[in-house]
Amino acid sequence: MSISDPPRGAVRRKLPAAAAACTAWLALAWLAVPAPVHAADAPSELQPGTMAARVAACTACHGDQGRAGTDGYYPRLAGKPQEYLYHQLLNFRDDRRQYRPMQHLLANLPDAYLYEIAGYFAGQHVPYPPAPAPAAPAAVLDQGRVLALQGDPARGLPACTACHGASLAGVQPAIPGLLGLPRDYLVSQIGGWKYDRRRAAAPDCMAEVANRLTPADIGAVSAWLAAQPVTEPYAPEPADSVTLPAECGSQAQR
Amino acid sequence: MKTLILRILLALVVLCAIAVGALYWLGTRSDDGTGPAAAQSEPAALVERGRYLARAGNCMACHTARGGPAYAGGTPIPTPFGTLYGPNITPDARTGIGTWSADDFWQALHNGKSRDGSLLYPAFPYTEYTRMTRADADALYAFLRTVEPVSQPSRPPELRFPYDQRPLLAAWRALYFRPGVQQDDPGQSLQWNRGRYLVNGPGHCAACHAPRNSLGASIDPDALAGGTIPMLGWYAPPLSGDAEAGLGKWSAQDIAALLQSGTAAHSAASGPMAEVVQGSSQYLSDEDALAIGTYLKSLPATRPAAPDSGAAASPAALQLGGKLYAQHCAQCHRDDGRGADQAWPALAGNPTVTAPSPVNAIRVVLDGGFAPATAANPRPHGMPPFGQVLSDNDVALVVSYIRHNWGNAASAATPLEVKRARDAATAN
Repeated sequence: MSISDPPRGAVRRKLPAAAAACTAWLALAWLAVPAPVHAADAPSELQPGTMAARVAACTACHGDQGRAGTDGYYPRLAGKPQEYLYHQLLNFRDDRRQYRPMQHLLANLPDAYLYEIAGYFAGQHVPYPPAPAPAAPAAVLDQGRVLALQGDPARGLPACTACHGASLAGVQPAIPGLLGLPRDYLVSQIGGWKYDRRRAAAPDCMAEVANRLTPADIGAVSAWLAAQPVTEPYAPEPADSVTLPAECGSQAQR
Repeated sequence: MKTLILRILLALVVLCAIAVGALYWLGTRSDDGTGPAAAQSEPAALVERGRYLARAGNCMACHTARGGPAYAGGTPIPTPFGTLYGPNITPDARTGIGTWSADDFWQALHNGKSRDGSLLYPAFPYTEYTRMTRADADALYAFLRTVEPVSQPSRPPELRFPYDQRPLLAAWRALYFRPGVQQDDPGQSLQWNRGRYLVNGPGHCAACHAPRNSLGASIDPDALAGGTIPMLGWYAPPLSGDAEAGLGKWSAQDIAALLQSGTAAHSAASGPMAEVVQGSSQYLSDEDALAIGTYLKSLPATRPAAPDSGAAASPAALQLGGKLYAQHCAQCHRDDGRGADQAWPALAGNPTVTAPSPVNAIRVVLDGGFAPATAANPRPHGMPPFGQVLSDNDVALVVSYIRHNWGNAASAATPLEVKRARDAATAN
């Protein structure tokens, strides 16, 4: 129906038997979407004209100051690199990333305002909640840890840390941290990249990585990442702290 | 006896042939009077005028896909007859309109025919654009020649039978299309005439603000009596002078303010109108915005096409709605429903809230949204979506409450209306 539907034929050729398993993962992730924590529940009183009031439509689901809810599928925004958040806002508005409520909200907002909104959330620093108990057997978590910290050179898979920083806190200006995110959210995003429901500026390095991950890989690495405690200070590392193993369009995008 | 029957049959056949022929002639004839071409103005000035008209006509809404290259087409246009896709109108020779002459362009805009003479589907609102002058069409053409050419084949329409049979458009056009440039009314002011031209011509307001019949044709388009927009499910309110549903309580300045800034004393643009403000009307000059307001204020107070059912919610339902309001809405819209200026619109006396159909208020509650970002309101406040936290019944209760409080006296909303609005919101 929509012009942005993924090229189904191509996907089928690329992913033979594994597709069904990954779809099941995705379906589970979607089903697990809980009710968002609404702004009305937040303690702070909004004042018109403040940035907190302007972004009430965001914090209704992403939590006060973009801290995410402990029950959340909706990811934390607070403290992520401004350029990363800005790119995601552009991607939703311009149909490169698919989630109807976000696409609807952003439809009429110009670049400059989206950049300001991204900056607001990048500048929010709120403590991380304790990590949830691991939601997978030890063997699976171990597989996830190896992928995250060492990758799989035989399959051309870089470690998560190769791009997202040794502490997995992200790298300026546009690479996000990977800790403090719910497992369902991580599974769904990697799946989104695999199925062309989420795209970044070309060359889309994360799409290349996602396409090499099996459903088992995605489950394992997401479970391990989601179970890691966040040690403060947890902030994106300087841009020159890593040499990227692949070219990533979003690091250069403005 | 036999010859009589034969003669009658023959006469019927001949009459039928004449009727079909007449219909075909009516539906395919062109208005050959092209009017004066654009005066020999500076090419740069002509392009600028065309750029202004392209925005006033909101060409990009259909001819630019979200995130896609400008004017390269691809936007799906859902209709009850199937989906059409805005074509590529960049000057690319192979996939755009690079080989079109100014006469070809006029033929499309004024007579609704493509370069090869084939009839165009009226999803392209040539039923309104036909009122534009040749000079304005030439300016638009000059501007479109300056757009970056993009090689992107136009996607053919996906219409159901029999609507996919293009020659049948001749019959539709015979019934509903009269080509002709808008003639000024000498009894009215220049400002009024300019407003009428913008509303009925490039602005094509009737595309949404007039009801449509079962064949998709606007009913009495100049009356702008309002109606539900097919497929989108939003209600386009009457632009006539009706005090409750229309613009009776608005001044011409209020109308100009809504068009240019997206907000006005009584209301904020939402849904499809927010897109119109964002992509089109915010760029209107002060004079043109006020001209539109002046013309619309002169329309008589016709009753809206979709009359209010009138049934108010029960006192118990209003009490429940009030509780939900206090919990979810009052922090911004305030206990007295007066909101806070441009940030949070008042709900008391807000025509989106009190419209004959509650569907727009329901959609805003379900999906939230930002007022359009404009020069006067570049950093709009956003309303959160509540569709995830409120059930159909809760949304109906709270919308019924705001429609029947602080002096508002509109009918109740029902859970079924909320369910339908949810379905419409996710369908497109």
